[in-house]
Amino acid sequence: MSTNPFHTPPPAIDSASGPPSRKPQSNWIRINNARRYAVNHVVTALTILSTIIVIMPLIAILVYLLYMGTRSLNLAFFTHIPAPVGEPGGGMANSILGSGVILGLASLMGIPVGIAAGVYLAEFGRGTLLGAAIRFTADVLNGVPSIVMGMAAYSLIVIRQRHFSAFAGGVALAIMMVPTITRTTEEMLATVPHAIREAALGLGVPKWRTVLSVSLKTASPGIITGCMLAFARVAGETAPLLFTAFGNQFWSFKLSEPIAALPLQIYVYAMSPYDEWHRLAWAGALVLIVMIMVAVTLVRIYASRGMLKGAS
Amino acid sequence: MPRKVRTRNIVNQPLMSLDQKPDPSTPLSAPAVTNFVAAAEPSATEMPPSPIRQFLRTRGSGGGADRVFAAVMLLCALSIFAIVLFILWILIDRSRLSLAQFGFKFFKSSNWDPVSGDFGALPFIFGTLATSFLALAMAVPLALGVAIFLSELCPAKLRAPISFVTELLAAIPSVVYGLWAVFVLVPVMRDTLGPFLSKYFGWTGLFEGFNFGQGMLTASIILAIMILPIISSITRDIMLAVPNSQREAVLALGATRWEMIRTGVLRNARIGIVGAVILGLGRALGETMAVTMVIGNRPEIAKSLFAPGYTLASVIANEFAEATGDMYLSALIEIGLALFIVTIIVNAIARGLVWAVTRGAPARAH
Repeated sequence: MSTNPFHTPPPAIDSASGPPSRKPQSNWIRINNARRYAVNHVVTALTILSTIIVIMPLIAILVYLLYMGTRSLNLAFFTHIPAPVGEPGGGMANSILGSGVILGLASLMGIPVGIAAGVYLAEFGRGTLLGAAIRFTADVLNGVPSIVMGMAAYSLIVIRQRHFSAFAGGVALAIMMVPTITRTTEEMLATVPHAIREAALGLGVPKWRTVLSVSLKTASPGIITGCMLAFARVAGETAPLLFTAFGNQFWSFKLSEPIAALPLQIYVYAMSPYDEWHRLAWAGALVLIVMIMVAVTLVRIYASRGMLKGAS
Repeated sequence: MPRKVRTRNIVNQPLMSLDQKPDPSTPLSAPAVTNFVAAAEPSATEMPPSPIRQFLRTRGSGGGADRVFAAVMLLCALSIFAIVLFILWILIDRSRLSLAQFGFKFFKSSNWDPVSGDFGALPFIFGTLATSFLALAMAVPLALGVAIFLSELCPAKLRAPISFVTELLAAIPSVVYGLWAVFVLVPVMRDTLGPFLSKYFGWTGLFEGFNFGQGMLTASIILAIMILPIISSITRDIMLAVPNSQREAVLALGATRWEMIRTGVLRNARIGIVGAVILGLGRALGETMAVTMVIGNRPEIAKSLFAPGYTLASVIANEFAEATGDMYLSALIEIGLALFIVTIIVNAIARGLVWAVTRGAPARAH
């Protein structure tokens, strides 16, 4: 193995009168190189190994979930409310509805505020100190534990109303959605080329109109995807609902009453000592994940079709 | 909207009359323009203010609408500040009772006795820190390995599916992780991994006592699985932000691929990687459901990792809805306040570090 061709003397001199002092050095270089290549291979193998170790639990979780979920899923799951302890059957129809209500409420409150804040950051607050501060706060708020959000909603609404309510759950989830949506909206708006904005402004279109019909419209597939991701993240949240929505074993349609939610019900059933309820918890987990994935994919497909694709 | 139509109209007219003003010096284009505009404004050249100015003056500049729009957007953006301040204020307000009663002693006492009204948060702080750092110790090397593999070594074909799978891990709800941990990880800990650890590593003293399957170690493992995706995906992004010229320079000096990664990539990205790790720490500190389901929920400080513990988040999750008495409630809210402040600080540090690296980085080389 030739070590470093650029460091050796010209070949003519080298072959004619090989300097004797080079021999031990080149041996040393050879050993060192062997070590370096060995380390290289070991590290490569380690990274591959760690990737496999990381992917393994995911596959274990998904496969086990599919296996247990499909085994215990039946029609009654989607049509019945939970059965009393000891009675077989029963489902989580009210939890599915309740999750829908809470998430709808949260989206209604969280998405407009989040998008508007993102618009401010991207279109008005770029490069300003205030914009940077808001961006930073949004990032930090994103990392605040969800249970603290539940606590805030509890202190704000539940204590005043003196009872748990679907509305309080919706507020807690909405607060969690805002920072995520803000940041994705801002990032998506940043990909809109300035030329398009300038073209609109140059035609005499007012700024608000430019933002609404040009910037937002161009970035809409990305923004919709961002909203869906925030939605998916919030859809599986249990902690903030523990003492806001609280859960309910029966049908409930009023916003001012405790309401059932799928993740809550999964938690309650998983911690119960009954096999029948464990079965339902697995079915619930499968339904929850499938619903999240389907919602995200559907919106992604819808958003990528018929929109400005070449804009970004 | 009629407004839209009008906008179009001005666009067509005034452009030409604007051309007209400087035109007299170049007579060639002037007649054409005048002809064109003649129908609308026959004597445009003589008028001191140009028609577009006049038109806009009668119509208003739209500045009012713009200002209202900007104000509404600003209001929504400021609501993010408001949320943080509001949470802080309400938590302080509601925990005033416990803050006044216990003071700083709250965080040093290890009594948690709702019946007699004596509260101390030390066992929860210990449980939170122990599980989080243990989870980090397991997750960080693996996450680094995955990030290096994905950004530097992985064949292009595999890159998308593997990143997809690791991001899928992040999309699984916490309660589903908990469910899996309760029914799969806990039996494995109890019957296989636990006995193995106590047999071969029992001498460390960390794996003593009765092994229920539930406990700090189980909680740390599930936490590690949960924070892996966030650390590895941010680390990967940061490593991709290192300019390719750095890699090429090191490779051109004759380095092996690992040497290139170590000196060219990791050294440049180290601050950001620390940020990603701290971000993972923030996630681990606040993680509630999965931990609550497997940690055993007993407010004790034990040396053994098999022993059940309790974390700040799980004590809130378990006891908050059933807390009776103002002092009990206020003590729990104080725990929430501590959690809020600590995660805010941890996240602020992490974001600052990540920003310091990725800001100003050139766009990803394709």
